[in-house]
Amino acid sequence: MAPILPGDRADMMRVATSVKGRSLWQDARRRLFRNKAAVAGMVVLGLITLMAIFAPLLSPYAYDEINYALVQCAPSWWPGTNVLCRADGAHWFGMDSVGRDLFVRTLYGARVSLAVGLVATCVSLMIGVLYGAAAGYLGGRIDNILMRFVDVLYSLPFIFFVIILMVMFERNFILLFVAIGAVEWLTMARIVRGQTLSVKQKEFIEAARAGGVGTWGIIKRHIVPNVVGPVIVYVTLTIPAVILAESFLSFLGLGIREPLTSWGVLISEGANSLETAPWMLIFPAGFMAITLFCFNFIGDGLRDALDPKDR
Amino acid sequence: MTEPVLSVRDFNVRFSTQDGEIHAVKDANFDVMEGECLGIVGESGSGKSQLFLAATGLLAGNGRTSGSVLYRGQNLIGMPLNQLNRIRGSKITMIFQDPLTSLTPHMRIGEQIIEALRIHTQMGREEANRRAVESLELVRIPEARRRMRQYPHELSGGMRQRVMIAMATACGPDLLIADEPTTALDVTVQAQILDIMRDLRTTLKTSIVLISHDMGVIAAMADRVQVMRHGAFVESGTAEEIFYAPKHPYTRMLLDAMPRIDHPERPGHETLVPLPDRDAKPGLLDVDNVKVHFPIRVDGIIPKYKPLRAVDGVSFTLKEGETLGIVGESGCGKSTLARAVLALLPKTAGTVVWMGRDLSESNKDELRKLRKEFQIVFQDPLASLDPRMTIGQSIAEPLRALEPDLSRTEIRERVREMMEHVGLDPAWINRYPHEFSGGQNQRVGIARAMIVRPKMVVCDEAVSALDVSIQAQIIDLILSLQHTFGMSILFISHNLSVVRQISHRVMVLYLGRIVELADRESIYADPRHPYTRALISAVLIPDPRKERAKPRVALPELPSPMDTRSSLTFLKSKRIDNPDAEQYVPKLIEVTPGHFVAEHDAV
Amino acid sequence: MLSYAIRRFLGAIPTLLVIITLAFFMMRVAPGGPFDGERRLPPEIEANIMAAYDLDKPLYQQYFLYLGRLAQFDLGPSFRTRDFTVTEMIAAGLPVSLRLGLSAIVVALFFGILLGIFAALRQNKAADYSVMTIAMIGITIPTFVTAPLLTLMFGVYGVSLFGLNLSLPVGGWNDGALRNMILPVTVLALPQIAVVARLVRGSMVEVLRSNYVRTARAKGLSSYRVVTRHALRAGLLPLVSYLGPAIAGLATGSLIVEQIFGLPGIGRYFVQGALNRDYTLVLGVVIFYAALIIVLNLIADILYRVLDPRVRYE
Repeated sequence: MAPILPGDRADMMRVATSVKGRSLWQDARRRLFRNKAAVAGMVVLGLITLMAIFAPLLSPYAYDEINYALVQCAPSWWPGTNVLCRADGAHWFGMDSVGRDLFVRTLYGARVSLAVGLVATCVSLMIGVLYGAAAGYLGGRIDNILMRFVDVLYSLPFIFFVIILMVMFERNFILLFVAIGAVEWLTMARIVRGQTLSVKQKEFIEAARAGGVGTWGIIKRHIVPNVVGPVIVYVTLTIPAVILAESFLSFLGLGIREPLTSWGVLISEGANSLETAPWMLIFPAGFMAITLFCFNFIGDGLRDALDPKDR
Repeated sequence: MTEPVLSVRDFNVRFSTQDGEIHAVKDANFDVMEGECLGIVGESGSGKSQLFLAATGLLAGNGRTSGSVLYRGQNLIGMPLNQLNRIRGSKITMIFQDPLTSLTPHMRIGEQIIEALRIHTQMGREEANRRAVESLELVRIPEARRRMRQYPHELSGGMRQRVMIAMATACGPDLLIADEPTTALDVTVQAQILDIMRDLRTTLKTSIVLISHDMGVIAAMADRVQVMRHGAFVESGTAEEIFYAPKHPYTRMLLDAMPRIDHPERPGHETLVPLPDRDAKPGLLDVDNVKVHFPIRVDGIIPKYKPLRAVDGVSFTLKEGETLGIVGESGCGKSTLARAVLALLPKTAGTVVWMGRDLSESNKDELRKLRKEFQIVFQDPLASLDPRMTIGQSIAEPLRALEPDLSRTEIRERVREMMEHVGLDPAWINRYPHEFSGGQNQRVGIARAMIVRPKMVVCDEAVSALDVSIQAQIIDLILSLQHTFGMSILFISHNLSVVRQISHRVMVLYLGRIVELADRESIYADPRHPYTRALISAVLIPDPRKERAKPRVALPELPSPMDTRSSLTFLKSKRIDNPDAEQYVPKLIEVTPGHFVAEHDAV
Repeated sequence: MLSYAIRRFLGAIPTLLVIITLAFFMMRVAPGGPFDGERRLPPEIEANIMAAYDLDKPLYQQYFLYLGRLAQFDLGPSFRTRDFTVTEMIAAGLPVSLRLGLSAIVVALFFGILLGIFAALRQNKAADYSVMTIAMIGITIPTFVTAPLLTLMFGVYGVSLFGLNLSLPVGGWNDGALRNMILPVTVLALPQIAVVARLVRGSMVEVLRSNYVRTARAKGLSSYRVVTRHALRAGLLPLVSYLGPAIAGLATGSLIVEQIFGLPGIGRYFVQGALNRDYTLVLGVVIFYAALIIVLNLIADILYRVLDPRVRYE
C-alpha cells in the first residue's frame, strides 16, 4: 500500500463520524427553509389561503348582499376627504359600485382565483407530464412529431387561443379551468420532455440497464424521481401564470360571471371607478399582486434549493 | 543566482462559501527565477490553480487574498486594475486547461491574438497581423495565415491549445503561467504541445510556471518543483531532488502512485494474476467483426445521413480470468465497442458470442438475465450513481433485478459483504453519493458491478477521472478483486501505463479498427504498427532523465472519421482518393504467435 | 446557411397550415351562429346571407374556399361589421398596433438590456437584488393594473414635478402623437423590460463566469473591453430567441392596452369580435398573429445562426 493515506482515506474518516445519510430532498428542504423570501412567501400565501377558505366566517356580510345605501362608500378609516360617503362596521375594504362589501368579495375572488390556479395547473400538469414524458422517453421520430405539434401550438398567442375557446362555448366556469390548463400544458410538456431526455442520457440509467433493470424499473426508480424536482418548480410558477390569465380574461369580460367574482372581475370594476373609489382597484389588485409574488418567491426558492449551482 | 521574476510571500487565498470559509492557499512562499521552469504539482483541490489565478487578479468573486505577489518588485496584490492590466497579458501571460472553452467562440483566432498585441504594444494593425502569424508559425500551426480567419470551433483541441500558446507568447512575456495545459488532450497531442513548449523556452527564454497534477508532465519540463497539498507546499526542490530523492511522504506517495509504462510491476502494489496457460482456460467471449455506425446528419435542403464508423469491424476473444486492455485516443471507438459488446447499444453488424450463445439471437428477457454474468464500471463515478438513491440501494439494484428470489435481509447481507470487499464501511449503507469523494463513489460503482459475481467486468475508463493516488488504490482494488473472484476484465483506457499494469493482452484501436493486438510484453517491447509506436513514445515517464532522453515518434493530426480515406492513414498506398468511397480494409497479420498487426505502409 | 434558411421556410408552411386548420374548425364547431340573438330574419333572407358567407356549403368546402382566399391574402368578410372585409379591418388597425408594439419593444430592449447587464456585473450585490426585485414586480403586476394606476397618476391627478406639468392624455390615438403614445407604450413595455432584464442577467452571469472571459481578462483587457468585445455577444444571444415570444406577449398586452386607452388597433377589433362572435374577424386576427410569430421565429433562428459561429457550422 502507499506510504501515507491521502485525500480518499482522510475523507473516509470525515464521513465516518455520521452514519445516517442526507438525501438530496433533505438538502433541498434545508436550503429552502433558509431562504427568507421563500419562507415569507409560504407564510403569507398560507394566510391568504386560510382567509379565502374561511371567508364566510370572517365577515358578517355575504358576497352578494347588496346595500344600496352604501354604494361606493369608502372604508371608515380611508384618508382624504373627497369620498362620497363612508361605510361603517366590518366593511374594512369599503363598498363596490352596487353596494356590496369589498372585503368579503375580495376573499371570494381569492377563492375563485386560487381554485382556477390549482385546477388549471393540475390539468396542465397531467397533460404535460404524460405528453412530455412520452416524447422524452420514446425519443426519435415519435418525439419529433409530438414536439413539432407543441411548437405549432406555441406559435399561437396563447390568450387568443383561450379567447376562442371561451367564445366557442358559452362562458362556463369549468371550461375556463380546462381552457387555461389546456394551453399551459405546453411549457410543462417541454420541461418534462427536456428533463426526461437529459436524465435518460445520464450514465446511471445505463448503469441500471447494465444491471439488468427493466424499462419500467428504470422509469419508476430513476427517471420519475429525477424529473420531479423541476416539475415542482414549474408547477409553482404555473399557478401564478394561470391566476394572471384568468384575471386577464375576466378583465376583458370573457371570464367569471356575476354574481360570482374573481380578482380579475374586481380589478376590472375597480379600474372603471378608479376616480371615485380607488379602493375598489387597490385591494383586489394588492391581494393578487401579493399572491403572485408569494408564488414567484416560492418558485425561485425551490429552484435554488433543488439546483444550487445557479445564482 | 539571477533575480526572481516573481516572488510570492505569505500568500493566502480564502473563499467564503455557503458551507463556511475554505482556506484554499496557505502561506505560500516561493520565487520564480529568470528563465526557469517551475513545476507546481498537486492533486485536485490542492489549491494550485487558485494560487495563480489569485496572484494575477483573476479570482472568483467570493475569494480574498492576503500577502504579496511581487513581479520584479511591484506588488500585484492591491494594484489598481488599469495598472495590473498593463502587466497581465503582456509581461505575465496564462494558458488554461480547457482550450475548448478558453477562446471566445464568436471571434476569429487572429482577432483574438491581435487584440492583445494592439493593447500592449504600439503596433499598427499590419504589424500586429504579421506578428500574430509569426507566433502561430512558432507553435507549428500549418497554414497560419489561413487559420487566422478561422473560429475556435473549427480547430481541433490540440490546435486550439497551440493558439492559446501563441496568444500567450505573442507579446514576448517575462513569465508564462501554464495551468494544466495538456490535461484535456490526448497523449500524442500532449506530447506535441510539450515539445512546442520546450522549444519556446529555448527560443524565447521566458520563465514558465507549469501547473499540473501529472508527475510525468512535470518530469518532462520542470527545472524546479513545488509539491502542493491541501493548499500548502509540502516539499520543494530541483527536479532531480524531487524525483530521485523525495523527502516528504506525500511526494513519495505521489511518485509511487504513478503507473509506469517502464515498470509495470512495482513493489507495494497488487500484481496481475498470472494466466498460466492461455489455451487451457475456456473462452468466454468471442467478438467477431463488430461494427457500430451512427447516422450523422449532413446539412442540405433535404438532409442526408452519412455513417460515422465508430467501430468498424473489430474481432477479439476473451478467456476466463483474462484481462484485455483496450487502448486508443478519444474518438477511436473504445467505449462504443464496450457498449456494443454488452448489448447496451445496437450494433450495425457482426456477432458477439457469450459462452457459446449468440447475444444478438437472445430476446430481451434472456439478455436481461444474462446480464448477471457481465457487468460494467463507468468512468465518472458520480454521474453513474443515481443521486437520489443511497449507495446501498445502488449496489443492491442489480441483485434485486437479477436475483429476485433473494429476501430483503439476504440482499442487505450481500451488499454489506461486498462493501467490505471494496473497502467501504458497511455502516455507510444509507448514505448518498454526494457525501462521498470520487474514489469512494468509484468503489460503490465497482461494488455494484461485482455484487452479482459476474464472469466478466468491463471497466470503461474506470480510473481516468480520479486523482493519481486514488487511481492507484482503485487499480489495486480491481487487481485484488480479480485475485478473489477470478473474473475476466475488458479494461478500456487511454492511459497506456495503467493498461500495461493491469492487462494480460493489449489491443490498440485507431478510428474504430484494431491496429495491433498482442500480449502485454510484446506490445510494449516490440510495437510494430507506427500508431502503436507513436502512442507508446508519447507516454510520459515520471523520471526526468529518462523522459527527456527518449525519442518521440511524430503522428499526423487525427483525421475526420466521416472521411473514409481516414481509415487508411497508415496505408496510403491503397487509398482511393474519394471521401465517400468504400476503402480497402487492412488485414490483421500475425507476426509472431498471438501478436497481430494491421497492414501498414513501411515506415 | 441558405439551405438551412430554405429548409426552415419550407418547414414553416405546414405549421401555418395546421394552425389555420385548427382555428378554422374550432370556430366552426362552435355552437350558435353569428346571427343568433338578432330578431328572426325571414328564411329567404337568412338563406341569402348564409350563401353570401358560404355557410350553406358543407364544412370541408367552406374550409377549402377559405384556404383558397387566404392564399390571396383575403381573410373574408366580417360577419358583424358589414361592408368591411377582415383584411381591411386588420389593415386599418395594423399601423396603430405596429407602432405601439415596435415602440414598446425598442423601449423594452433598451432598458431591459441595460438593467440586465448592470445587475449581472454586480451579481449578488444590493444593486443586483434591487433590479431583480423590480423585475419581479414588473412581471407579477399585470398590465390591467398598471394601466389604470398610471392613468390615475398622470392623467387624472396630473402629477407635476418641479413645477412641470406632467399630465398626459389618457386615451385616444390622435394620429399617433407622441404625448398620446407615452402611457400605452410604457404600460406595454413594463413587463417586457422585466423579462428582458431577467433574461440578459441570467445569460450574462453565465458568460461572465466562462473560461473565455477569464482568458480575455488574463490578456489584460480593460473591463469595458472584456464586456463589450467578449461577453456581450454571447450574453445577448438568448434575446434573439425571445423575439417570437416577445411579439406574442405584446399582442396579448395590446388587447388590454388598446381597450383601456381606446386605441383603434388590431387588439381592440379582436376583443370586440370575440364578444360579438364575429368568427371571421377572430379567425383572421389569430391567423395573422400566428403567421407573424412563425415568421419572426424563423428570422430569429436564422439570426441566431448568423450570430453564433458555433451553431453555423454544425
